[in-house]
Amino acid sequence: MPIATLPLATVGIGLLAVWSLFVGVSDVSLATLFGGTPGGAPDQATQVLLVSRLPRTLALILAGAAMAVSGLLLQMLVRNRFVEPSTAGTAESAIFGMMMVSLLAPEMPVFGRMAVASLCALAGTGLFLAILRQVPLRSPLVVPLVGIMLGGVITAMTEFVAYRQDLIQSVRGWETGDFSAILLGRYELLWLSAALTGVAYLAADRFTVAGMGRDVATNLGIDHRKVMALGLVIVSMTTAAVIATCGMIPFLGLIVPNVVSLVRGDNMRGSLPWVALMGAGLVLACDIAGRLVIHPYEIPIGTMMGVIGSALFLYLLLRRNGHAG
Amino acid sequence: MPADRRILSPMVVLGGLSALTLLSIALFMTLGARGKWDFILAFRGTKIAAMVLVGYAVAVSTVLFQTITNNRILTPSVMGFDHLYRMIQTLLVFQFGSGLVASLDPRLRFGIEVASMVVFSGLLYWWLFNGAGRGDNRRSLHLLLLVGIVFGVLFRSLTSFLQRIIDPNEFLTVQDRLFANFNRVDVELLTVSALVVLAVSLVGWRWRRTFDVLALGRDAAINLGVEHRRAVMAVLVMVSILVSVSTALVGPITFFGLLVANLAYLVVRSHRHALILPAAVLLAVLTLVAGQLVLERVFGYNAALSIVIEFVGGLAFLFILVRGSAR
Repeated sequence: MPIATLPLATVGIGLLAVWSLFVGVSDVSLATLFGGTPGGAPDQATQVLLVSRLPRTLALILAGAAMAVSGLLLQMLVRNRFVEPSTAGTAESAIFGMMMVSLLAPEMPVFGRMAVASLCALAGTGLFLAILRQVPLRSPLVVPLVGIMLGGVITAMTEFVAYRQDLIQSVRGWETGDFSAILLGRYELLWLSAALTGVAYLAADRFTVAGMGRDVATNLGIDHRKVMALGLVIVSMTTAAVIATCGMIPFLGLIVPNVVSLVRGDNMRGSLPWVALMGAGLVLACDIAGRLVIHPYEIPIGTMMGVIGSALFLYLLLRRNGHAG
Repeated sequence: MPADRRILSPMVVLGGLSALTLLSIALFMTLGARGKWDFILAFRGTKIAAMVLVGYAVAVSTVLFQTITNNRILTPSVMGFDHLYRMIQTLLVFQFGSGLVASLDPRLRFGIEVASMVVFSGLLYWWLFNGAGRGDNRRSLHLLLLVGIVFGVLFRSLTSFLQRIIDPNEFLTVQDRLFANFNRVDVELLTVSALVVLAVSLVGWRWRRTFDVLALGRDAAINLGVEHRRAVMAVLVMVSILVSVSTALVGPITFFGLLVANLAYLVVRSHRHALILPAAVLLAVLTLVAGQLVLERVFGYNAALSIVIEFVGGLAFLFILVRGSAR
């Protein structure tokens, strides 16, 4: 059973992805694709498919997998089950960086924007870890609380500057994940996060050991600080890439790793493919649902995920009266 | 160090705060005024009235909420109360249409909104604080806080979900009331709110000694003969009414109450609600009026006060959390 399930899940996600290609306002179906004008220039359905639908579906898969994996990574590094980029100040700091770039250097190419956002995300996450070290009583639930509050403070800073400079709308855009504006040429940054996810897979065993704590890791011959640094860089860059492309997808990195760990345990190399697959699947499903609910219009994925994610998070919190990992 | 840490008596503190508050109100009304006085007084008077009402509602609701939860770090806003209020408002329009909702008498409308808010929040937080039928298994404070915050996120996402699926024209008619600020306050709503707040206060003032007993904790309160269940429920109702009022008037200000309530305990150094409540109210009004005054006259901009408060309040929250007094 364990051997066949992973390919099976992959096929399931593949079907979702194919479905995602055919959902939308303009008519794209097998009939219009192959029965279109013969011989001439590429007809409209093919055009829509190549320029809009395919990039969107790819972006969904890449962003979903990447955010879920960085959630898992962050949970390993902080050793807390309730942490993910949007409950650790990482995402909020990245948004702060994005805003500062569009304020100070609006001409900067997208890669430069992402670099600045990553640096800010790294700084914010570092601040989060530094504060955590100061907390005398480390109940597992204090950790996300500190992260959420830190995120709130950073958001207040962002909004204060944005308010004065009329950037509130851009900030709102980064705060709410939305794939409706993804076109060919506007999502390629996400391949970078896919590469980072690959790096995370290669180093998965080290992260598993690092997740057992500094002393155990050092005893087992691992440079704990280096592994931590690598993990934080991966998480920050991934988060920044996703926010720069499609905006924040809340709770994804929290829900998926928790559900996978309930089923499969905590060996990262074993669970990472599952986390990536489930992340992609959840994002695909939410996006398709968001496109179908109010059909010619659509609901952004940030909102869909906010509803579904927070409901699932509440369930995790209240499941066994504060059973906290 | 003098042996007596309480250098000023609470009465002197309250007197000083009142004087400062009056001074800031006077400055707010007169500073930089050019033009016809009857216009300025009416225009600024409405703003002042809104700030006083909101400061009052936030301060009292936070202190009372902290009393029944026995904790200095909880506020109704942190627990998602005002996002719940917005969701209920949106839901009402979604269900019955803006036409019907708008044609209602504002007092009746406000009454319906507050009533549904009280019922919903009462049930929800009753369940939360009483461990959802898990008997005496009292929930940890951190769990409670986290659950509250996540509920807030859930309500907010649900509201924006509803706002997407609602007819855009329908929604436009209520949107203004959901996102008001100190500069455009509905005068009619202001009057209704003032009356409601007055009524709550009259009831609350008669209960002030019960609050003191409730603050001792559940077991002590029961031992001292307070009908704990009923008293807590009554406080929850008062809190939801006050939160509805402040949210309806200016929108959510998450950390403001936390800041004021903690400051009040700091300056008054007493646990008697007859002293703490007025101190918190005075501090709230003073902060709002003086803050708005500085922002408008010194920095020259308008509605950003809530953002500044959010920033300072958030820092204070982190500080309290890190200091460990959240236990």
